[in-house]
Amino acid sequence: MAKKKSGTVLRYNRWGYIFLIPFVVVFIIFQLIPLISTIYNSFFEHYFKNGLTEVGPTFIGIQNYATLFSSGDLPKYLGNTMIMWIIGFIPQILLSLLLGAWFSDPSLRLKHQQFFKTVIYLPNLIMASAFAMLFFTLFSDGGPINSLLMQLGILSEPYKFLSHAGSARSLVGFMNFLMWFGNTTILLLAGMLGIDTSLYEAAEVDGATSTQVFFKITLPLLRPILVYVMVTSLIGGLQMYDVPQILTNGQGNPARTTMTLIMYLNKHLYSKNYGLGGALSVILFIVTGILSVIVFRMNQASEK
Amino acid sequence: MNASSKGLNVKTRRVISYVVLVIVTIMCLFWFYVLFVNSTRSHADLTKGFSALPSSNALKNVNSLLHSSNIPILSGLFNSVVVAAFTALLSTYFSTMTAYAIHAYEFKLKKFMFTFILGIMMIPTQVTALGFIQLMRKMHLMNSFIPLIIPAIAAPAVFFYMKQYMESTLPLELLEAARIDGAGEFRTFNQIALPLMKPAIAVQAIFSFVGSWNNYFTPALILTDDNKKTLPILIATLRSADYLKFDMGQVYMMITFSILPVIIVYLILSKNIVSGLAVGAVKG
Repeated sequence: MAKKKSGTVLRYNRWGYIFLIPFVVVFIIFQLIPLISTIYNSFFEHYFKNGLTEVGPTFIGIQNYATLFSSGDLPKYLGNTMIMWIIGFIPQILLSLLLGAWFSDPSLRLKHQQFFKTVIYLPNLIMASAFAMLFFTLFSDGGPINSLLMQLGILSEPYKFLSHAGSARSLVGFMNFLMWFGNTTILLLAGMLGIDTSLYEAAEVDGATSTQVFFKITLPLLRPILVYVMVTSLIGGLQMYDVPQILTNGQGNPARTTMTLIMYLNKHLYSKNYGLGGALSVILFIVTGILSVIVFRMNQASEK
Repeated sequence: MNASSKGLNVKTRRVISYVVLVIVTIMCLFWFYVLFVNSTRSHADLTKGFSALPSSNALKNVNSLLHSSNIPILSGLFNSVVVAAFTALLSTYFSTMTAYAIHAYEFKLKKFMFTFILGIMMIPTQVTALGFIQLMRKMHLMNSFIPLIIPAIAAPAVFFYMKQYMESTLPLELLEAARIDGAGEFRTFNQIALPLMKPAIAVQAIFSFVGSWNNYFTPALILTDDNKKTLPILIATLRSADYLKFDMGQVYMMITFSILPVIIVYLILSKNIVSGLAVGAVKG
């Protein structure tokens, strides 16, 4: 009887492997093999001259990586990506902290919380390319925003939002802020609701003001979640693509000041420059890999 | 005395927070309001400038969009629905299966596989895109929906959500009982585990659907035939075309077409979605 049972248990557990087959097979074909061939490509000179004549593939070691750094394109586009990420991230984290603190404050007893949460999360689900197209039309030189500002007497002539580096980058940053602050608020709110309420009660007994409570209790205890939000947002920021791509029609105008790393990668993918595209992919892979390890470690730590 | 001054304090703070929340609400909705207003206006009306009130040209815009020779909107809608629906279906079904494998069985590689799947969660699709396209070209899968749908089977984030949900709703004793009753393992998964996972599957199906519906990067690289393109690619074509030649009412209607389905579904299910997010957030 006992022998039979252990035999069946073993038979059951074989099913663990069987149920993993679809995931593993799909992962190997559609992610692992492409990843390996991307890395492989990065060590070869392989592109199409004028889009027609094939050059290579010839093995050139790390020449592609050197080209990326020495041409100045990579640092420039990394800089653009980071600037636009920061423009979006700073207001995002500040507003999310504020809203999270209000939503979780029992003494405020805010009504219609569900409504507000629904509204602030909405932009996150909107098709980024459609949203960017909308902003492009709204902020175009003869678009509704310019005509509104002129009707209100704020502007005397249309402001060319997409022709100035500052305003174009700010638009991209603002759209990222709008699309992500709802998500961040809900994450931070969950963290704030997880804080032991007796700490707040004790602070209230001691006569602490709500500002003191926020800075002395909420913020320090929220630190792990804040770091998590920041790192995941940074990973997302490095992948910034849809919004600037559609807003500037892939040109990164003005003067490539809104060109992001993934837009740059996309250019290489379209022109079939496998060598440089591969090297760029590998660099992005390593950077996100390092950032992911940080997130991963934090998750492990919070589970213990 | 102290209590009353404190009470006033709370009241002022409440007023401030409501004012800020209303401003934030306007900031979120203003763009969509202008979009809906503008998609009801004619091209001639739109060139005159901003208007806060809708006009009566909506049906005309819909009509001209549907019969536009430049924008294959109907095939775009159809393609988007097909790709997003199959992505949601495969992603939720197989991620539940993967989570079930880790949750319900004891085997040697269990811990390794769990850590491994979490480890690959953050790899962006963009960094493997180069090899991905080369491979798809070799497999003759360009302009096919397969490269957009099948990879959804391996979705680490969906897997992670399912795994977390299983821990709270799927007791191993239940599966044990099904075995004693003589149900096969595959049947136990389909007929006992899967129904219990319905709420989690619903939440993740919506997110997978929306994610795929909105996806632009990969589809734009794979789909080059006009009749295969999905909505985000059509929007991009609209942007790259000579923009001034377009009927602006039609352009706004096109944007509305792309985002309205998601907004409607979201508003109907928002309660589940927002609370589902919080569940994932606490655990993540």
